[in-house]
Amino acid sequence: MAQPGVDRPRFRDERPTGTVDDVTTGEPLIVLDGVNKYFGPLHVLDDVSLSVGKGEVVVVIGPSGSGKSTLCRTINRLEPIDSGTITFDGTPLPAEGKALAKLRSEVGMVFQSFNLFAHKTILENVTLGPVKVRKEKPAAARERGLALLDRVGIANQAEKYPAQLSGGQQQRAAIARALAMQPKAMLFDEPTSALDPEMVGEVLDVMTSLARDGMTMVVVTHEMGFARHAANRVIFMADGKLVEDAPPTEFFANPRSERARDFLSKILTH
Amino acid sequence: MHVFADPTNLDAYLSGFLWILKLTGASAVIALVLGVLLAAFRVSPVPVLRGFGAAWVNIFRNTPLTLIIFFCYFGLFSTLGLTLSDDLNLNNFWLGVVGLSVYTAAFVCESVRSGINTVPAGQAEAARAIGLTFFQTLRIVVLPQAGRAVVAPLGSVLIALCKNATIVGTIGLIEASSVMKQLINDNGDAVIPIFLVFAGTFAAILVPTGYFFGWLANRLAVKR
Repeated sequence: MAQPGVDRPRFRDERPTGTVDDVTTGEPLIVLDGVNKYFGPLHVLDDVSLSVGKGEVVVVIGPSGSGKSTLCRTINRLEPIDSGTITFDGTPLPAEGKALAKLRSEVGMVFQSFNLFAHKTILENVTLGPVKVRKEKPAAARERGLALLDRVGIANQAEKYPAQLSGGQQQRAAIARALAMQPKAMLFDEPTSALDPEMVGEVLDVMTSLARDGMTMVVVTHEMGFARHAANRVIFMADGKLVEDAPPTEFFANPRSERARDFLSKILTH
Repeated sequence: MHVFADPTNLDAYLSGFLWILKLTGASAVIALVLGVLLAAFRVSPVPVLRGFGAAWVNIFRNTPLTLIIFFCYFGLFSTLGLTLSDDLNLNNFWLGVVGLSVYTAAFVCESVRSGINTVPAGQAEAARAIGLTFFQTLRIVVLPQAGRAVVAPLGSVLIALCKNATIVGTIGLIEASSVMKQLINDNGDAVIPIFLVFAGTFAAILVPTGYFFGWLANRLAVKR
């Protein structure tokens, strides 16, 4: 592995010895029940039910167009659903308005295309939420923001603008921005899919460390390595349906459905 | 240039353009506020507000400005008795400002809305995802980035507004074009020079305005 240089995440050698599977999953934090969603005639989520416990890391995989990104985006209602219920921390998702904004502030989201605010510096990106949403004092938010940027290994980029950073640095900044809200859960929507291959590792390192720290995570990804070593459960989706739900060792060694076997044979043989 | 050597004519010329600048200034401020608000309505998640914004744009953008100004005078003032000032000139001025503002706001709205559409959807999604409300998202994240795309068309709207201000002459305010008409009537031997002076004055005001907005647009550019 690379040397932990200035620009690398710093927690590499601070990992606890226990494995992720030791995390005992508490009461459910995110519960989807009979969720349906249509894009016009396309049934993009077909009666999806799923429960994610506190501290659990759930990786969602599946072929393109299987509905996994949409699933991830319904959890903080960036995509409204047509029927079914989604409950977060015991409360059904509110409709548009203040209550929804509050819920979103408790669910961190990391996007495929980073979506850092292009007109704000990296540090301003990280402190914007705490100051404007949580009404924290700018000085306190700044201090915590710098600590978070340090944690993801880009403290030296704090005063730069997003366009001046590499993709990997931008995505780590986006993770810091989400963490700055001290969320109860984090959603990752293909966080490494837009990155150059050599930058994927630095982002996955940050995510792995979060997982080890007990963050509840829903991760849509194509990174099977991450699924294997960081996930408590792997969800396999195809054609809008939740096809399999199993621990990673079981899923990768012995997928039950034909669809999952076919998918794995295509991606794992290379 | 004997026409403008006469102090009475020179005063009329200056006061005519002063009215134009006042009409433009007052209407620009009101139309900008109103237009941004309408644009916010048009991109809001509330159907009633979206409908209101769309109706405003469709009604005022598609009605000739002369009709709107006439309505302000004959409808609002003469028929409905809306008096905005006891001074006759000022009353006509403010009626003109009302007409120019509601009309120009429709164009400001559409310029701002097209600027908003140049900001990638992910920016607003990220803003909502950290818990910003709709109006915070618009004010803190989207509108500042729409700047470059909005400023240049807004410059065109402002320039059009300044020229449109001459229409207020039709309801009795002695602004520049009314003064020009009067001077031409009084000085049949100097029609072309009078015309050129008035056209040249508009150009002298508006050409730098155009360049200023071009410069501002470049300054506000956001790197991606």
